[in-house]
Amino acid sequence: MNEMTVKIIVAVCYVILAPILGGLLDGIGRKISARMQRRVGPPILQPFHDLGKLLHKDPIHVAPSQNFLMMSYLFFVILTGGMIFLGMDLLMSMFILSTAVMFLYFAATVTGSPYSTIGATRELLQMVAYEPCVLLTCVGFYIVRGSFETAEIINGDISPIAYLPGIFVAFIFILTIKMRKSPFDISTSHHPNQEIVRGITSEIGAKNFAVFTLAEWYETVFLMGMVALFIVNKNPISIPVAIVVAFLVYFLELLIDNCSARMKADKMIKLSWMVTIIAAGANLLALIYIFK
Amino acid sequence: MYNITRSPWVMHYDGSSCNGCDIEVLACLTPVYDAERFGIINTGDPMQADILLVTGGINTQNAPVVKQLYDQMSDPKVVVAVGVCACTGGVFKDCYNILGGADQVIPVDVYVPGCAARPQAIIDGIVKGIGVFQERLEKMEKGELKNQEEKEEAGKEE
Repeated sequence: MNEMTVKIIVAVCYVILAPILGGLLDGIGRKISARMQRRVGPPILQPFHDLGKLLHKDPIHVAPSQNFLMMSYLFFVILTGGMIFLGMDLLMSMFILSTAVMFLYFAATVTGSPYSTIGATRELLQMVAYEPCVLLTCVGFYIVRGSFETAEIINGDISPIAYLPGIFVAFIFILTIKMRKSPFDISTSHHPNQEIVRGITSEIGAKNFAVFTLAEWYETVFLMGMVALFIVNKNPISIPVAIVVAFLVYFLELLIDNCSARMKADKMIKLSWMVTIIAAGANLLALIYIFK
Repeated sequence: MYNITRSPWVMHYDGSSCNGCDIEVLACLTPVYDAERFGIINTGDPMQADILLVTGGINTQNAPVVKQLYDQMSDPKVVVAVGVCACTGGVFKDCYNILGGADQVIPVDVYVPGCAARPQAIIDGIVKGIGVFQERLEKMEKGELKNQEEKEEAGKEE
């Protein structure tokens, strides 16, 4: 079997398995959240029931271009994760992720609804908040491994987290913003808090919302892959350790989600930049000194 | 036939009620009753909702609002009138501004009586509504129910 065949198999596995894994993570997350609030909670397969129902509802859209924009959003999110899991350029995949978010932004603003426009502008603010840290993470990996390619990054003797503890902390912090969880769910207000209806997804219904849900699942798997990238090294034992760490990080996000109220957008930017500059910046300076 | 009964998303609209029924609707989501175990989510967005819960009577000011919320929901959809005001107008029935129950402006499928309706009764009403929801899907897939595009065309002709 040559290298190309392996890559195609990995790509097909990723496209099929990532939404299943993402949906299960979502279901487990909802169950854990419910238990934290002393409720029974929905069954673990609930997200799949929701997806099935959304696909069976009558298609509804405010502007016809919404369908195209949402499909593009899904395509670029899949591409982002695909590049990471195929061992391609980390920096490039991050730029593609920004492109994906732009499609979501346009899908929300094209409707002209004030609520989804507010949600969309807040989504851009969230991007401003997490993007510096994402870039610093890529730079950190480059300094440690000498390459942006994930295939090279996982091929080291010591896990990158040994060199990048500060960047890891900053990355976990911005993960809450990226996953749109409390206290940073400012662009899509969660179920009980409806002051901007559903924010960026206000005018996205039925099939388009199913596309959005799918994209979110791919995104979750991709972000957990990023967390795992900090742990994985040459030793095969590091792979199960990385999976456990990714689960722990997901649990931490749920915990933060359940015990915090929503923040204002300007506070979010100040706080995330502060954490990025202090934790990731100091880490990066130390790295430059070590690898000089 | 796909089973959509496991994922009914609810949208709650408060007409001109005394807020008693609204509190009871919210009580359904608390740990004691936990409606989410049936997959029920309280969403504020008509485009994502399947079941419209109306509490309180319909007056001249909110009639177009209720109508618009109903029109924005995509098929199949169900309406549940919660509380005696939403069913008939209740104690406000004879007021100069009250038109009556929710069925004055939109077709209501399930009536949940009570003043205020108890959370058990509301959950029971929603579960009854879920049955109607599945029936609607079956009708829609057989082509007996007009879909969105046909409705838009019918609207243009008018």
